Amino acid sequence: MNFLKRTIPLIIAFVMGVLMAMQYFVPHKLSQDLLEVVSRWDRIIAGFAVFIGAYSLFHLHWTRIKRRVAGWGYSVFVYFGAIITLIFGLLNGGKFFWNDKQEGTMFDWLYYYIQVPAGATIFSILAFFIASAAYRTFRARTNESTVLLIAAIIVMLGRVPIGNYISQYIPVIADWIMAVPNLAAKRGILLGMSLGAVATSIKIIFGIERSYLGGGD
Amino acid sequence: MRRDSNFFILVGSIGLFVCVNIVLMVSKKLPFNSQGFGIILAAGLTLAIYSFLYQDNPAFKIAENLYVGVSLGYTIIITWFNFLKPDLYDPLIVPIFSRAATQSPQYGLIIPSLLGTFMLLRFSRKLSWLSRWTFAFVVGLGAGVSIPRVISAYILEQIKPSLHPVFSGGETVLSSINTLLIMLGVISVLIYFIFSVEHKGAIGKVSKIGIWFLMISFGASFGYTVMGRLSLLIGRIQFLLRDWLGILQ
Repeated sequence: MNFLKRTIPLIIAFVMGVLMAMQYFVPHKLSQDLLEVVSRWDRIIAGFAVFIGAYSLFHLHWTRIKRRVAGWGYSVFVYFGAIITLIFGLLNGGKFFWNDKQEGTMFDWLYYYIQVPAGATIFSILAFFIASAAYRTFRARTNESTVLLIAAIIVMLGRVPIGNYISQYIPVIADWIMAVPNLAAKRGILLGMSLGAVATSIKIIFGIERSYLGGGD
Repeated sequence: MRRDSNFFILVGSIGLFVCVNIVLMVSKKLPFNSQGFGIILAAGLTLAIYSFLYQDNPAFKIAENLYVGVSLGYTIIITWFNFLKPDLYDPLIVPIFSRAATQSPQYGLIIPSLLGTFMLLRFSRKLSWLSRWTFAFVVGLGAGVSIPRVISAYILEQIKPSLHPVFSGGETVLSSINTLLIMLGVISVLIYFIFSVEHKGAIGKVSKIGIWFLMISFGASFGYTVMGRLSLLIGRIQFLLRDWLGILQ
């Protein structure tokens, strides 16, 4: 049983890892077809994974409703929003879900008038929280934090007309900050991350990194 | 007392919102159709979410939870139409059960279907170990695909412009200085992230330069994010003033 539970997954990861790493270096049609097929399989599996996330969220809010925890009434709106969207999505403008997606249906209406405005508003609210957090955090206590503060102010001013009114050099300096020191630091971080990703991938393929198997037997 | 005043503020706000919408519909500034009701709903949600800036309140919580629910439903439906239907249902299920199908079933798709089903067994105590096969497949595939592509696209392609020759013809003095600065920044940031060597002496000094580059980058990213959020805020205010109230043209 241990073979099925632990060894088989390690073999699958090893075979898939080696196969796909080698595939990159083989410019044959068979190799390209293989990449296409497994990418499609990956998309299908990702589709199933969405249902795990959905179950998890539904289960969380159902537990809140069942146990009558504080604010349980708001969880009803999660169910209401999800069920309404699912019903109209499956109805698909009267053509039902087994046909191609129809345009201009009630499902699209829910998207344009609930999801888009609510999402944009929630993210725009972050402008206020970032500003207040910055006021508390970005006090020029050290030289480094002063540099961070100045760079942030110049980039912000450089992106709005008032920056140009104050000085015509502010947008130029803002662009320079983005194109030179920012690029250099981002590139350094990216190189470090990439080396780390390659090292972790190798560890996964050779079974040294096994945390994806989870705990238990 | 405070609770009562909050209740009256909430009821008053809802009443005012209803009155404004009645006026807008009667004056035909908003059309009496699905678009008009959509704008009213979107405006209501926008105001309900912004009410959180005053303090946490039921209107915000309702809008927030409704948004989560609609997003969940939307994700499920889009996953079906964009992934499961074209990649699994149409090429495998339809040809098996429909006589009118012109293509033969692609039986190879049973493998990812099984792997997907194994993943759902995560919730079973006895069979949850089968989900490891799926995770191993996905993780192994991702690791194998990423190794050559990350080396090519991120490591080699990022090193190449960092080691660009200066004064090789065509460049100005300033652009050559920028190239040198980028190289200095990349090297110093990389040295800063080497934790296996103590940051003393020359290493310490170079890593200090790396910190300065990182601080400028974090500041720039912060400024960029703030401006992105502000443009979203401007977009929402434009929606309220133009699309809903019709004040802006």
